[in-house]
Amino acid sequence: MGDLWSGLLQAFWLVITFDPELVEIAGRSLRITLTALVIASLIALPLAALLAVRRFRWRRTVIALMNALMGLPPVVVGLVVYVLLSRSGPFGVMGLLFTPTAMIIAQVIIIVPLIASIAHQSLRELWTEYHDLLISINVTQGQKIRTLLWDARRALLTATLAGFGRAIGEVGAIMIVGGNIDHATRVLTTAIALETGRGDFALALGLGFVLIALAVTVNLAIHWLGRTEREGRW
Amino acid sequence: MKQLMTLLLGALVAISLSGKAQAADVMRMAVTTSFHNSGLADILLPQIAEDLDLDVQLLVVGTGQALRLGRAGDVDAILVHSRAAEEAFVAEGFGTHRREIMYNDFVFVGPDTDPAGLREASSAADALARIAAAEPAFVSRGDDSGTHKKELSLWAEAGQDAASFGRWYNAVGAGMGAALNTAAGLNAYVLSDRASWLNFGNKADLALVFAGDPVLFNQYAYLPVNPAKHAHVKHDLALKLEGWLTSDTAKGLINGYTIGGETLFVFNATPEG
Repeated sequence: MGDLWSGLLQAFWLVITFDPELVEIAGRSLRITLTALVIASLIALPLAALLAVRRFRWRRTVIALMNALMGLPPVVVGLVVYVLLSRSGPFGVMGLLFTPTAMIIAQVIIIVPLIASIAHQSLRELWTEYHDLLISINVTQGQKIRTLLWDARRALLTATLAGFGRAIGEVGAIMIVGGNIDHATRVLTTAIALETGRGDFALALGLGFVLIALAVTVNLAIHWLGRTEREGRW
Repeated sequence: MKQLMTLLLGALVAISLSGKAQAADVMRMAVTTSFHNSGLADILLPQIAEDLDLDVQLLVVGTGQALRLGRAGDVDAILVHSRAAEEAFVAEGFGTHRREIMYNDFVFVGPDTDPAGLREASSAADALARIAAAEPAFVSRGDDSGTHKKELSLWAEAGQDAASFGRWYNAVGAGMGAALNTAAGLNAYVLSDRASWLNFGNKADLALVFAGDPVLFNQYAYLPVNPAKHAHVKHDLALKLEGWLTSDTAKGLINGYTIGGETLFVFNATPEG
């Protein structure tokens, strides 16, 4: 119990004093995760829409596979990316291991199936409503996809926020591919793991509370800006 | 409300864009968890950055993984403490040479009540024999690190086989800090380097119960990765760093580093001969 209180107190002080190290680490966490989120959304959302409107042979298999991959173990993703990017691996010449880029790659792989699965779920429901109308006015595949994506934007926001939540709180993969290097690849989650290892539970908890606050702030800010739960259905 | 949230988002973006200026040269060095947990790195790195304009990025891993990183060419140099493995590393051509820098020592940490009687032990081997006889909870690193290898060699010296131990022997497969946390939770005995123990924040009911046997000395050595194996490694920077680590500046900082009045490391690098 004592640790929890001193953790809260420590979090409070870190934020109030605008601790430069905390700002640096939190900033890096945000930068990496938001970049990964944008890239992952650009891949996952069109993929989800395509799976909703298009009928092709392996469609069910792809959807089932994507659902299964939602539970992809981050530590395995980390290990695979590590082996690929290592100097003795196939992409070693690019020298990406232990850089923020490597961490972004790992996070994109982890959250693409998650975003695509959740997005596909809501797009499919919308598609059953829109199907007859869009077919009757004879629009192209691309127009169908764009219409669906735009009209389902609120539901897609939920999908991306779920991806954000998974990525910002993830530690297994980015610890392996980032290496937790001070001033280079240390982010909030790996810093928490480090302080736990040092037995400094108060500081670890303090960083943990900052991480939670950051995730909540990003979610709230996006919801308010998007004016969800306000006007009409969308 | 919207303005407030826009402001908030703006602040988040500003935070996420604020990068930190880097030194001119950057190199990567793999170090052991025990070295990093000691806190000495926080003293040495700023001075290195100032003297050499060199930003040393530390990868904190076990000795086993540090050597692997060196083999794969993912780091430019390693600073570890497991002599046999280091010599094999150089013999296989992955490192150019091995340079001893400093040493600290291993200590036995255990429950303050000391059920196995380690405080009366006459040597490290005797201490382990007492543990094997009393079978109290014992935490082993179990991660192929320098500390783990040391522990295994000590068991062998005491005539015991760690693989045959019962449930009281807990191999956690984790770093020094995690192993100490586990030992604190189980109120168990554990072998730790002195620096990690002194810097450890969650001591619970644990206390230092045995130390001082010369076999417990823990030599740290510096090994630059061989550029003949990996052309991209920054060998010149690695040599520059070696020169600094064996200099009088480093000597003063290493010997002068104390926690709670206790000296942790003894500098013992020899001038280049």
